[in-house]
Amino acid sequence: MEKVQLNVNGFPQVVLVGSHETILETLRNRLNLTGTKQCCDEGTCGSCTILMDGKPVLGCLTPTVRCVGKEIVTIEGVSSGDHLHPVQKQLVQNGGMQCGFCTPGVVMTAIPYLKENPDPSIDDIKEGLSGNLCRCTGYKKIIEAVKNAAEELNG
Amino acid sequence: MSGPIGKPTPYIDGVQKVTGKAMYTDDYRFPNMLYVGLLRSPHAHAHIKHIDTSAAETYPGVAAVTVGTDLPISFGILPISSDENAMAVEKVRYVGEIVAAVAAETMEAAQKGAEKIIVEYDPVRAFIDPGDSLEVCDPAEQIHSHTKGGKNIHKTAELRFNEPEKALEQSPFKRTGSFKFAGVTHAFTEPHSTIAIWNGDETLTVISATQVPHYLHRNLSKVLELPMHRVRVKKPALGGGFGGKSDPFAHEMITAYLSMKTKRPVKCTFSREEVFINNHGRHPTTIDMSVGCDQDGIITALDTDTIIDGGAYGSFGVVTSYYNGVLLQGPYKIDKLGFRTRRAYTNKPQCGAMRGHGAVNPRYAMEVILDMLAHDAGIDPCDLREKNFLEENTVTVGQLRITSNGVRDCLQAVRKKSDWDKLYGKQPYGRGLGIGCGFYISGSALPIIWNHYPQTVVHAKLDFDGRIVMFSGASDIGQGSDTMLTQIASEELGVPMNYVQLEVADTKTTPVDLGSYSSRVTFMVGNAAKMASEKLRNEMAKAIAKEKDVSTDDIVFRDNKIFTEDGAVDISWEDGVEAALAGRGAIVESGYYFSPKMGGDFKGSGAGLSPAYSFGAFISDVTVNPSTGSVKVEKIWAAHDCGKALNPLAVEGQIEGSIHMGLGQAISEDLRYVNGQIVNANFFDYRIPYSVDTPDMDVTIIESNDSEGPYGAKEAGEGPIHPVLPSIGNAIYDAVGIRMMELPITPDKVLAKIQEKG
Repeated sequence: MEKVQLNVNGFPQVVLVGSHETILETLRNRLNLTGTKQCCDEGTCGSCTILMDGKPVLGCLTPTVRCVGKEIVTIEGVSSGDHLHPVQKQLVQNGGMQCGFCTPGVVMTAIPYLKENPDPSIDDIKEGLSGNLCRCTGYKKIIEAVKNAAEELNG
Repeated sequence: MSGPIGKPTPYIDGVQKVTGKAMYTDDYRFPNMLYVGLLRSPHAHAHIKHIDTSAAETYPGVAAVTVGTDLPISFGILPISSDENAMAVEKVRYVGEIVAAVAAETMEAAQKGAEKIIVEYDPVRAFIDPGDSLEVCDPAEQIHSHTKGGKNIHKTAELRFNEPEKALEQSPFKRTGSFKFAGVTHAFTEPHSTIAIWNGDETLTVISATQVPHYLHRNLSKVLELPMHRVRVKKPALGGGFGGKSDPFAHEMITAYLSMKTKRPVKCTFSREEVFINNHGRHPTTIDMSVGCDQDGIITALDTDTIIDGGAYGSFGVVTSYYNGVLLQGPYKIDKLGFRTRRAYTNKPQCGAMRGHGAVNPRYAMEVILDMLAHDAGIDPCDLREKNFLEENTVTVGQLRITSNGVRDCLQAVRKKSDWDKLYGKQPYGRGLGIGCGFYISGSALPIIWNHYPQTVVHAKLDFDGRIVMFSGASDIGQGSDTMLTQIASEELGVPMNYVQLEVADTKTTPVDLGSYSSRVTFMVGNAAKMASEKLRNEMAKAIAKEKDVSTDDIVFRDNKIFTEDGAVDISWEDGVEAALAGRGAIVESGYYFSPKMGGDFKGSGAGLSPAYSFGAFISDVTVNPSTGSVKVEKIWAAHDCGKALNPLAVEGQIEGSIHMGLGQAISEDLRYVNGQIVNANFFDYRIPYSVDTPDMDVTIIESNDSEGPYGAKEAGEGPIHPVLPSIGNAIYDAVGIRMMELPITPDKVLAKIQEKG
């Protein structure tokens, strides 16, 4: 075990972690930030996507010790629910989620994606979300939601 | 409709889900909680000679160890095939079957502790190919001792009406096809998870990722020998099911037992590999089907012989066996029909119910053969289907009662939108269109466990605070049943949706609902919720009518007001609540749903009975690359008759999700085994379509307004998967002239067929 200082959603946190522990495990099991979901644990589904210094990373493949000195943002850090990010708002309004389990990962992928690609085509969005497995929606309404969010952000 | 019914309505739990606040089972943590570690079998079929748990019991952090003999009472979703144990007793029947378990202070200690358990096995012949299970074997090799004739056949379901063999012989056109379907699995994103809490009052609470809290309740009670009034099952937010969480599971029994034993909260969450091993997915299937038609394209008869590979245990298999045959009775009128389905026990993880249960594979076979017959008879495939559609308000040969039926409208919608008449058979080599139709139950008319109770009960409560609380056992698994309940109360009582709150899926506080399976929830729970809300409204209206001296019938509840058209009454909702509750306090009204009595009086007549049926017609547009064999589905036009879309946003979502899942089974998903072990138990190797694979989707909702459905509604969750697969298969024929008889349709198979054709 080793003692590390993390910066999660703007707050410094000191935690004892195992040397092979992933940030997904640390977030869920030590910091009780359960919004980030554990689905495949091997980098195939995108459900555990978080931001490290603004870039999306897979929580299940990122050792916690590598997060030291970085700014970590999880789904809890995006919005407390009063003021939704346009991506979140559009996912709700467009029916871009059903069971909701992949949704935090979709949000954490789409937000940085739209920052880098403010005016994406439908095909661009498909490519941008290609690491996020959703078993419920058939992706159509997720893609539409992200498209609408892009327009809202540009508007 | 003046309220939210029929309007696209975002999910009431949407904000919770997009902010990560929705609580799924594994998100719950309790003080002093233990974790479960499971020891699984490395053998497909072996006797257990000895289990030594001593090293595990003394392993640091281990609080309790358990083995199969601790829980010898069998369980299962169907009382007629309760053939499963919490942990293997005497022998193991598949690679990955749970043999022993520990509860420990940490997940790591649980895993390591379980590995300290030493099991000696004596392997016996493993049955991997279902064909081998149909033959007589040495009694010592039988997978289960209860199977008949020395064979490993779990169930033979067979019905024959009006000598189909004879009619087929005399048919001017007849086609026989041999089809093969790989096993596919639900692959919901939330892994199985369960938490058991032994409470201070000697009761058990189980929080679980389940589609069927009621059946879990019953089976926990049976296995743990705990009276039902001391068991409580709660379903929190659930990350997808598709049938894969509709059985009571071994890990739920084990976790509950370990909680009783340690008197501490205990949690068990599966890894993704364990989710694959748990399976309960669609049966690998072989089908030999013959269909005939006359010169005009009218279907003369259908006869089919099917083998489904059930794996080691029963699950829903008896129902699956029947559904493979009886659900061929629509959407076409077929008066001479026969089927036999044999479900083989094999030494693999069990198969069970998956979206479109039992009807997806035979639907593919049927629709592909109809396409062949259309070409033989020189009739357009859409025309041939139209000639054969069942009418509304009719009865099929096996006594399925058909009420509303919008299949013609479905077919006409997609035919027009896809420009079928202009494009079919006329596009360049490599591009094609294909049609497929569908038919599915809107709830099973018979409960799994026969009883005198309604299939669901909903309570509507109103108290001084003006909120309506709907109590329902219905399980929202992502399909939106919570939103549906809220919409109905809001519609009936004329209040905004935020006046309605829910208590759901908790067997202590909510009346029984049988669960989210067989596409029953909107139809049955919707009817019960409507009745409860109407009764509550009537109670309020009676009190207000008495106070204001008007007729009860004249009182309208709308836009958060209660009024009469003549203005004699014009009060706010809150004033109405006060008037209604005066002298009596809170009102609780109860609504329920019973299916009408229906069906024939022959053995097997109960299978496939439903108070209503959904219908659909889909057309796929595909591109086939003849040099690589790759198939790209460019677009799917989907028309589905759901009776009435209570929430069009949710109905579209179900249709689009069905397209996704159907596409996966059609072109890429294939659960593969070597010596009985799953070799692609992960999302790298089990290929599910991702966003880049998703075709354009054009969804049309057809509303046939069923006379018995709530506001006319029928199902939309499962029916839309059926037409997807054959529409793709038939489009490949239009594109390159080959018939794909084996799923998934992978490039190697396409290429081989193209080369074979020359």
